[in-house]
Amino acid sequence: MFELLGIPPQALFGQLLLGLINGSFYALLSLGLAVIFGLLNIINFTHGAQYMMGAFVAWMLLHYLGIGYWWALVIVPVAVGLTGIVLERLMISRLYHLDHLYGLLLTFGLALIIQGLFRNQYGISGEAYSIPSQLVGAQNLGFMFLPNYRLWVIAVSAAVCLGTWFVIEKTRLGAYLRAATENPVLVGAFGINVPRLVTLTYGFGVGLAALAGVLAAPIYSVNPNMGADLIIVVFAVVVIGGMGSILGAIVTGFGLGLIEGLTRVFYPEGSAVVIFVIMAIVLLVKPAGLFGRTA
Amino acid sequence: MRKAKLLLASVAAILVATPVLADVSVKIGVMNDRSGTYADLSGEGSVVAARMAVEDFGAADKGIDVTIVSADHQNKPDIASNLARQWYDAEGVDVIADVPTSSAALAVNDITREKNKIFLVSGAATSDLTGKSCSPNTVHWTYDTWSLAHGTGQAMVETGGDSWFFLTADYAFGHALERDTSEVVKDSGGEVLGAVRHPFPGQDFSSFLLQAQASGAKVIGLANAGADTTNAIKQAREFGITQGGQSLAGLLIFITDVHALGLDTAQGLVLTEAFYWDLNDQTRDWAQRFAEAHNGSMPTMVHAGVYASVLHYLKAVEAADSKDAEAVMAKMKEMPSEDPLFGTGEVRQDGRHVHDMYLFQVKSPDESKGEWDYYKTLAIIAAERAFRPLGEGECPLVQ
Repeated sequence: MFELLGIPPQALFGQLLLGLINGSFYALLSLGLAVIFGLLNIINFTHGAQYMMGAFVAWMLLHYLGIGYWWALVIVPVAVGLTGIVLERLMISRLYHLDHLYGLLLTFGLALIIQGLFRNQYGISGEAYSIPSQLVGAQNLGFMFLPNYRLWVIAVSAAVCLGTWFVIEKTRLGAYLRAATENPVLVGAFGINVPRLVTLTYGFGVGLAALAGVLAAPIYSVNPNMGADLIIVVFAVVVIGGMGSILGAIVTGFGLGLIEGLTRVFYPEGSAVVIFVIMAIVLLVKPAGLFGRTA
Repeated sequence: MRKAKLLLASVAAILVATPVLADVSVKIGVMNDRSGTYADLSGEGSVVAARMAVEDFGAADKGIDVTIVSADHQNKPDIASNLARQWYDAEGVDVIADVPTSSAALAVNDITREKNKIFLVSGAATSDLTGKSCSPNTVHWTYDTWSLAHGTGQAMVETGGDSWFFLTADYAFGHALERDTSEVVKDSGGEVLGAVRHPFPGQDFSSFLLQAQASGAKVIGLANAGADTTNAIKQAREFGITQGGQSLAGLLIFITDVHALGLDTAQGLVLTEAFYWDLNDQTRDWAQRFAEAHNGSMPTMVHAGVYASVLHYLKAVEAADSKDAEAVMAKMKEMPSEDPLFGTGEVRQDGRHVHDMYLFQVKSPDESKGEWDYYKTLAIIAAERAFRPLGEGECPLVQ
């Protein structure tokens, strides 16, 4: 059997597939960030905390109300999205006319507060959440054993990413949104309620984070820090893709998942930093990011 | 007049003579992870345990004034060093307790020696603290990597798990645990097929688990802790690794981890611990009091170790009639320790506290009678076999 750098090709396929699965989480989270930054110009540091809230609300639905995974998939993004809308109306909307830095500081502070509240209430070790019975089990692909749940994650993530990209880039609603960020006054003059559009967009971005949280709950430990660990990587993904670029966020999300997966095979110790190394190189060579429009 | 003077003098003499320790005041600094992955197994619970030790010792009645302070080292050795220096130099702290995360504990170990204070380790695991990095100022109370390796490692090899692959957290603790367990496996006639070092903290272990699966090893040793371990166990189940015939050896699992995993996922795991709340009446009473003071959650062995080590320290201060580090350390090593959680034990020359260890198995959901009823005892590892023999640790203090 031929080998590539000492790794049998079957094992390599397996690792690439796993990379793609992790990439689908990166893509889903960075998509939300990119939508919010692209349309609101807010660097939403609360995103990791909102992802964590997604996972926790799914757990709460099951634990306190007996509502299972499938309903959680619908209820949680809406519920967490609503909390996002409240935040946007009460606080974030007051910062649009200021420098990015203020939005960043506010959302970062909010993230710390939310994490602190959950930590205080539920501790750090996390809560148990099982894979729904319909998705238990795995496919034997010959070169690896692929859990059905991971297949489901890839499918949902790809569908949501494509759908979002389509709505924003190809539909009339998307055109309004993009126009509203270019020139809110002019769009408002055409009778479109720009502040409401912006609020709903933030709610949608937060909903995406919460959806990623629900998808993550059965496979990752549901604990208050789960988002804090992930969000830094996701920010790197967004920077590499180009701040605010929807397509960039999706493509780099999946792509970096693959690269990280390969690093885990060839040099596991470096798998936590490889994305940041790439980020540094991209910033040096193409500061606007791979898909960024302007510098 | 003469009589009155005599009376006054004798009253004064009595006043001076009775409360021997009236002017001894000690400051205990509980340093651990208060916000990260080890916050539940140490964190505020360790502060609660230290406070209980002060109460149970009756410090106030014995004229010892105890203050407890606490801080978050965020599992980072640099932050731990800064905190330790600040506590010793500026805030008059006499003794630092707990300090999980081996890399941070090794840093505090050095500073404590340099400043000639006392360090009571409970949360950290590396056996180097009583091995090549041992210090006359350090007592390592609860457990260590050697002890875990011999408890769980040996038990697994004896039941047929003779080929191993390690999933190792890439820092001092993981390396020490992998090293110590590898030795046990090889000494017991098994073989180590490989290891993969994962970044700390990690989230997705599927890639590493797949490498472990491909190695064909009978046992996958998890040389990590906290959320890393729970994530790895959760995902190993998802990828059908345990169903495929390989077994997982959680080399360091705390009761809070089992609580987080749920018995469905955790059942059947074999693990080594120094303490379990449901061992006897004394531990149950103590754990009950602890839970009441700590949001209803049961103590981990780290909490138990903080309690017992602080209690023993205070007894030594009383016996030495001083808080001078050298005198107190001498008393701690000279007096046998006695507490409701670990029973009787002793502090060895190298700073290792020896006591019985336990090999537990996690109950199935059917066997469990209620919340926190998680372990059944497979074996009691007697104190003399539970820790590395004094002569084998390469500790320079041992002659």
